[in-house]
Amino acid sequence: MTEEKFDAIVVGAGPAGTSAALTMAKAGLNVVLLERGDSPGAKNVQGAVMYTKMLDEIVPGFWKDPQAPVERPITEQKIWVLSKDSMFQVGFKSEKWLKEPYNCFTVIRATFDRWYAKKAEEAGVQLFTGVTVSEGIKKDGKVVGIKTSEGDEIYADVVVAADGVNSLLGQQLGLLDEWTADEVALGVKEVLSLPREKIEDRFNLEQGEGTTIEIFGENTRGMLGYSFLYTNKESISFGVGAKLSHFQKTGIRPPDLLEYAKAHPMIRRLLKGAKPLEYSAHLIPEGGYNSMPKLFADGILIAGDAAQMVNASHREGSNLAMTAGRLAGETVIEAKKKGDFSAKTLSAYQTKLRDSFVIPDLFDHKDLETMVEKHMDIVAEGPELMAQSLYDYFQVDGRPKRDVQKAILQRLTKNPAVRALIKSELTLKNEFSLVKMGVKLRLLLWKLTHGGSL
Amino acid sequence: METDPWGFPVSSDALPKVNVDEKLGSLTYKADHHAHITLKDNATCLNKCHDKPCTTVCPAQVYQWEDGQKKLIVSFENCIECGACRMLCPFDNIQCHWPRGGFGVQYKYG
Ligand SMILES: Cc1cc2nc3c(=O)[nH]c(=O)nc-3n(C[C@H](O)[C@H](O)[C@H](O)COP(=O)(O)OP(=O)(O)OC[C@H]3O[C@@H](n4cnc5c(N)ncnc54)[C@H](O)[C@@H]3O)c2cc1C
Ligand code: SF4
Ligand code: SF4
Repeated sequence: MTEEKFDAIVVGAGPAGTSAALTMAKAGLNVVLLERGDSPGAKNVQGAVMYTKMLDEIVPGFWKDPQAPVERPITEQKIWVLSKDSMFQVGFKSEKWLKEPYNCFTVIRATFDRWYAKKAEEAGVQLFTGVTVSEGIKKDGKVVGIKTSEGDEIYADVVVAADGVNSLLGQQLGLLDEWTADEVALGVKEVLSLPREKIEDRFNLEQGEGTTIEIFGENTRGMLGYSFLYTNKESISFGVGAKLSHFQKTGIRPPDLLEYAKAHPMIRRLLKGAKPLEYSAHLIPEGGYNSMPKLFADGILIAGDAAQMVNASHREGSNLAMTAGRLAGETVIEAKKKGDFSAKTLSAYQTKLRDSFVIPDLFDHKDLETMVEKHMDIVAEGPELMAQSLYDYFQVDGRPKRDVQKAILQRLTKNPAVRALIKSELTLKNEFSLVKMGVKLRLLLWKLTHGGSL
Repeated sequence: METDPWGFPVSSDALPKVNVDEKLGSLTYKADHHAHITLKDNATCLNKCHDKPCTTVCPAQVYQWEDGQKKLIVSFENCIECGACRMLCPFDNIQCHWPRGGFGVQYKYG
């Protein structure tokens, strides 16, 4: 494998890398895909919810493949908020999601990654597993290849760094610095086996369909994060993640938190009798738009987790990685036609990302985490307060309803955390936009009632 | 609600103390004799680092403080390659690379 020259080298056979490699191979490019795991997926951890649309754009109608590595199409998505002994939930379920083109599926990443890399190989990609890339090779300031930990050198016109959240290659090439503990979350997870019928009975599912639950509140012990519970064919994926800096400050041990969450009265009944099959942990980039590195330079593009492309508040990462990988691939195909792999030509990648959902979504959520972190007291106390209020509301205790409602309101408005939140949100800017919204609404109503077209 | 110096709630319910070795027992590894994690300097752990966050945050409990020997023991063969330790050591005292190609943890599910 020494001293061979390819059109492109892709580092990392995750969703980003395999998408890039497959896209380029389909256009006839000579592509090598390098993966440090013994097989693709051996190092990877995800919830895992995989979105249909972005994969369908690369492997059309993939779910019709008899070998398609999907567990259950998700027909219901729920959000829970837990206090110590209670739960508040919202959710949405639709029959539409049981039909093509679906919305998303649960997957097992080890199986999924192997299948996906196989698709790339079928398209002509040369896959090498068990190969750790140790550094990039530069010539005259341009990236021209890579060196493996065994000392082999491989050359190409372009390198696509899709090596995930710990992008040692991106760091070594000076595209990014080490993330801080504030820019990543640490997730710990377990896959637990449970018979098919038990899953379907317990979660009120018809044959084959699946559900997801994202769980906030008591289960993260005041840290910013959440748990997830996803149904696979014959197992449950359950995990919990929180900001790495919060684990650092609280000294909470991740596996202890995992067991604490599993033992919560609302969760334990769903996991009853389920046997742990495998424990895992992985980082999740959560710096988002504000932490994104430079996405291209002479002879190199960077995609997926390596470039912080995760929309954490919507648990979307694999789909951003796939689209970014595909767009990186398309950029290289165009560069190859021009015979020019300079940063200027490769900058088309950034434009493509802007025109897709990737950069707009990351941009629109860029301040969310900082905003929530300003109100960590609400994150800590909110769930208990909410549970108390709902308990009082639904508990028939002989008091007149008006007294109960008054008491609930009083407790809420007297809480220092709630007061601080209201105070900080009652800025002039916010009031102005409230007034603006009111005026717009009035106009809309007026038009509607007067039969005018909108 | 009572809070600690960082504003995190101090809950009266203690967290369970999980036996991490039992968790790691569910995993498959391809062991490498070559250590992929090295400490730059034990004296920093001993003299400067009071909280020793690596000993709590590492999800595989690779780092354990040995009080008798006044030494940080690094069981690199337990590492599940999350990368967290590189970012959490306040003194940048940990050098954590990847195991050589093909070695290390082998997730069957992930
Ligand atoms: C607990 C958890 C739950 C999640 N849940 C969801 C979810 O439900 N839905 C969702 O969409 N996203 C989810 N995500 C995020 C999602 O997993 C990632 O965004 C996605 O995997 C990113 O894909 P990627 O290809 O960029 O990186 P990765 O999947 O990390 O792939 C990188 C690849 O590069 C390889 N590699 C790294 N370094 C080298 C090297 N030097 N040489 C050779 N190979 C190398 C790795 O082994 C790996 O195969 C979750 C993440 C976690 C941790
Ligand atoms: S966090 Fe760093 S300095 Fe502190 S004990 Fe661990 S390795 Fe040593
Ligand atoms: S990479 Fe993760 S599992 Fe390995 S030693 Fe560091 S913190 Fe522990």
